[in-house]
Formats: sequence, C-alpha cells, structure tokens
Amino acid sequence: MTMPVDMSTTLGNAWFPSPIFTASGCASSGKELAQFFPLKDIGAVVTKSVMTKPRHGRPTPRMAETPSGMLNSIGLQGPGIDAFLANDVPWLLEQKARVIVSIAGETIEEYSTLARKLRSISGISAVEVNISCPNVENRGLVFACDPDASRRVIDGVRKTIGGELPIIAKLSPDVTDLPAIARGVVDAGADALALINTVLGMVINIDSMRPHLGGKTGGLSGPAIKPVAVRAIYQVHAALPQVPILGMGGVSTGRDALELILAGASGVSVGTASFGNPTALIQIRDELQTLLAARGFATLSQAVGYAHREEGP
Amino acid sequence: MATINKSAVQQIVTVLSNKRVGAYHQILLNVGDIVKSCRPGNFVAISVGGDASKMILRRAFAISRTSDSSQYGGTMELIVAPHGAGSRWLCAQSEGSELDIVAPLGTAFGIPTEPINALLIGGGYGSAPLFGLADLLKSRGCKVDMLLGASVGSKIYAPMEGKRSVNSLKIYTEDGSMGETGRVTQSLLEIIENRNIDVIYSCGPMGMLQAITELVSATEVIHQCAVEESMACGIGICMTCVLPVTKADGTTSMLRSCIDGPVMDGSSVRWDLVGKVPDSL
Repeated sequence: MTMPVDMSTTLGNAWFPSPIFTASGCASSGKELAQFFPLKDIGAVVTKSVMTKPRHGRPTPRMAETPSGMLNSIGLQGPGIDAFLANDVPWLLEQKARVIVSIAGETIEEYSTLARKLRSISGISAVEVNISCPNVENRGLVFACDPDASRRVIDGVRKTIGGELPIIAKLSPDVTDLPAIARGVVDAGADALALINTVLGMVINIDSMRPHLGGKTGGLSGPAIKPVAVRAIYQVHAALPQVPILGMGGVSTGRDALELILAGASGVSVGTASFGNPTALIQIRDELQTLLAARGFATLSQAVGYAHREEGP
Repeated sequence: MATINKSAVQQIVTVLSNKRVGAYHQILLNVGDIVKSCRPGNFVAISVGGDASKMILRRAFAISRTSDSSQYGGTMELIVAPHGAGSRWLCAQSEGSELDIVAPLGTAFGIPTEPINALLIGGGYGSAPLFGLADLLKSRGCKVDMLLGASVGSKIYAPMEGKRSVNSLKIYTEDGSMGETGRVTQSLLEIIENRNIDVIYSCGPMGMLQAITELVSATEVIHQCAVEESMACGIGICMTCVLPVTKADGTTSMLRSCIDGPVMDGSSVRWDLVGKVPDSL
C-alpha cells in the first residue's frame, strides 16, 4: 500500500492543491469545460489572454491540423478586460475554481493598464503576463523575442500591481537564448515563468497554393511540440533553479506531465489536449499521481527538476 | 453549474452497423441515454484514428437521426462522406468497433409551436439531419416539403424510409445525373410562393446557405440554417470556428459555430464577412 502523493504546488506565493492547470487560450474562460468536470478539481483555470478592449481576432480559417499537432491563428479574440472582470471572474470564483488571469497588450503601457484593473480584484491567484502570443498583427510586437521589451513589460506590471499578486511571465520558445530572456524578466519582478507558448509555424494549402490560415502564420501546439517544451523547461530550470515554472506544450498524458515536471516544471498546463478530450485534465492529473507514487515520490515537489540531479541512479 | 454544453457527455459507444449508401457511409451507433437529449441540428464530436493517432482533433458530424427502440436502446445515425483521413478512418470502422464521442453539442433547429409550412433544403450530405427534423415537424402537424441538391446523383442522400415524413421531395444535380439539372435555389422563390412556405430549414455548403439567405431576404420567410465551419474542439474552447454574426443590438461579433451554432438565423450571419474580420469594436 503506497501513501497518497501530496500533489500540491506553489507558484510564487500562490498555493494550488493540484499541479494540473488549463492553458491560456485553450479553456476560454472556463464555462465550456465545467460540464465535463468541476473546475475546482484542477490546480487553476488560466483564462484566455485578455486585452483592454474587446477584439474580433483574426479572420478564418484559424486552424489547421498538422501531424500530432495543430496550428492556430485566433489573434486574441476576447471581450476586453472590463467585461471579463465583470462576468467571467466572479463566475469562476463562485465555482470555487482558482483563477490565474492572463493578460496581453500591444504596448508596454497596455500591460500596465491591465495590471491596474486587476489590482482591485480579490480572489485571483496570480496573473499570467502573456508577452509571447505569436498571433498579434505584427510579429515584431512579440515582446518575448526581445530581452529589453520583455523586461520593460514585466517591470511595468510589477510596479503597477504591487508586491502581492504573483506574476507569471509567459515566454516564447522561438528565441536563441531563452535563459537570458528568463533571467531578464525575473530580475524585473516575475515570480514564475510559463514555458512554452506555441511555436510559430505555417501550412500552405496545396489547392489554393497560398498560406492556409487567414493570419498566414499560426502557433503550433499539441504533442508535436512537447520535446521543445521539455528542452525549454530543462534549460531554464538549469539556469534559474529557484524560479518556479508553469510548464506546457503538448501534454496529453500523465507521462507527458511527468516529463515536464522532471525537467523542472512545478505545474503543468494542458491546452490542446482538451480540444480532443474534454476530460484530459482530470485523466492527466490521476495518471500523474499514479506515476509519481510508482516512482516513490511522496510529494510532487520532490520530482520537480529531478532530471537535473547529479550522476547516480 | 454548466451553462454551456449542458447536455453534452463524453462516452465510449459501439458501432452497430456501417453501410455504404451512394458516396456516403451510414453509420449507426449504440449510444444509450444520450439520445434523450439529442435534437435535430445537434452534432457529435468523435475521436478518430485510435490511441496512437497523429490526428489529435475530434471530427464533428451532424446527427442524422436518433431512435430509442426496445431492441437496441438509444441509437444515433450519422451520414459520413469519406473525404479526409479522419472521416475515412471512421468509415472503415466495422460493427462492434468502439468510438469515443462527445454529444449532443450545439444548437438545434427551432421547432414551431403551431403547424406551419416548412421547406427543408439540403446540399450533399447536408440532407442527413433534415430527415429526423422532417419526422419531428410532421408529428407537430407541419407540412414538410424538401429540396435536395448535389453536384452528382451519387452525392444525393435520400433514404427511402426518410421520405415518409415528406410531402414532396425534389432533387437537383448540377450534372443532371439525378432529378432536375441545376441547383436547389433556382426556383426557390416560386416554390415559397406556391406552397406558402413559412420557415426554411437548411443544411449544406456555406455558399448554398448564403444564396438561400439572399433569396429570402425580401420575403417574410424565416431561414434557419446549420452552418459548417472547421472546428478544433466542438465545445467552445478553441475559438477557431467563428462566424461574423449580427446581434440584436446591431453589432457584429465573431460567434462560435459550435456553441452559438450550428443552427443560426440565416439573416443574422454576415455572409459577406465570412473569412474577413468586422470593423474594429
């Protein structure tokens, strides 16, 4: 008889009873998945990145399935921060779900404006600062590809929001020196890092002989990018072992989640897997617990970064 | 409490039969109590390719019809065109195979409370959900006429048993290989007038739905159409299947065809903006 594994985890000063979270942009604002499992049964709902104003997003087609993955080009369609805070957050809190609000801006000032709106909202566990969405109008605006812009966004949010609410900076894998960008945002006040956002990709339709997506390029997600996520988490955890990482990228089984945790993730977001399987989060949570127990871990935290240990068994 | 997808369940079901009908496969699933919450217009999302599949997304199919018999319990019928890798896999599943489904999903056709004159228009396999709808409308005392169109005769889906609930059925093919040569829209206004049509229910390619909407815009006819947009999830979380739709307040929003559709009021869809983005909010 094995002892149940303590699955709780922390990101900055926020505590979560389970390490399995939704991924921003893959659970809308939670209502859609609530039919399939109680939202309080997962670590947290990470809401779809919200901007200051309502936004239509990109034209269709917005999606292309690829081998073991998919490309999307949604372009941050959403209701805007005011409607989101008035309608979606109270509903999630009523469900006793823990909530991580993800924000996205087109300018450094927009992130600070969003942070100011969040400061007065009680009950949310953390803020994810999405500086790496690949579907903004101008690819040049991907802050997370520019170390200086990344730092300035996080610095602005930290100064606006004060010291209490944990800041999770969401980074892009499409950079040359990810640990350097990670170090920059941590120095600017990020408490944790979300790794990885989608990988920029393209599909060409061989009938029209043009890019298939309305937005031409899109973000690749799903099992196809899992090795990229494991690598990114491993690299950043090696460089910054004290900084908690919310890992994500192609996780669809408990084994996948365990890989990310061994690489250094303290929590794991499940995104695209929910598209194919609305109960994926619950299955992954249960499989992960069994796998940890079978490997003799009494707590989840003992497994975090375990792949980095010194030579030996 | 769920407010979206509120009848949907995820379940492993078995294939009862899989028959080839013209260019399509008629697949019957044993789904148990799910049928109790299925309405004409709803759809089902099915995992394809098995556990080791590189196809990670579900495929959405209109529920053709359901029945609840003492012999088989609840059954659900699908009409599937083996177009892509996912639908070809589904069409290759034999009796006894297990499928992972999520159903019922999406909006249903609105059923009038009074007997009306209904015209059902299907394009290709888009006729599939119309026969179950015809049964229901007939049971409410409605008079049901039907127009079906396709490029060729083998793509007309019109089962014998389905015709019982239909007052008249007219078939059009573009190559003239079955029925009249041409399209379902060519005599539409005449048919509406001659038969005093109150409501059109349609399902088929987007071009057909748009053409019907434009033709009936000058009439009093209500047009309920089941749209087809490519989806990744079917449950409202991926935001890929959006269509520009005018809301009651006159503003246009990108609505999800999986949860705000597939059945929509044709006159509210901004067909001219499909594949584009409305002016900024």
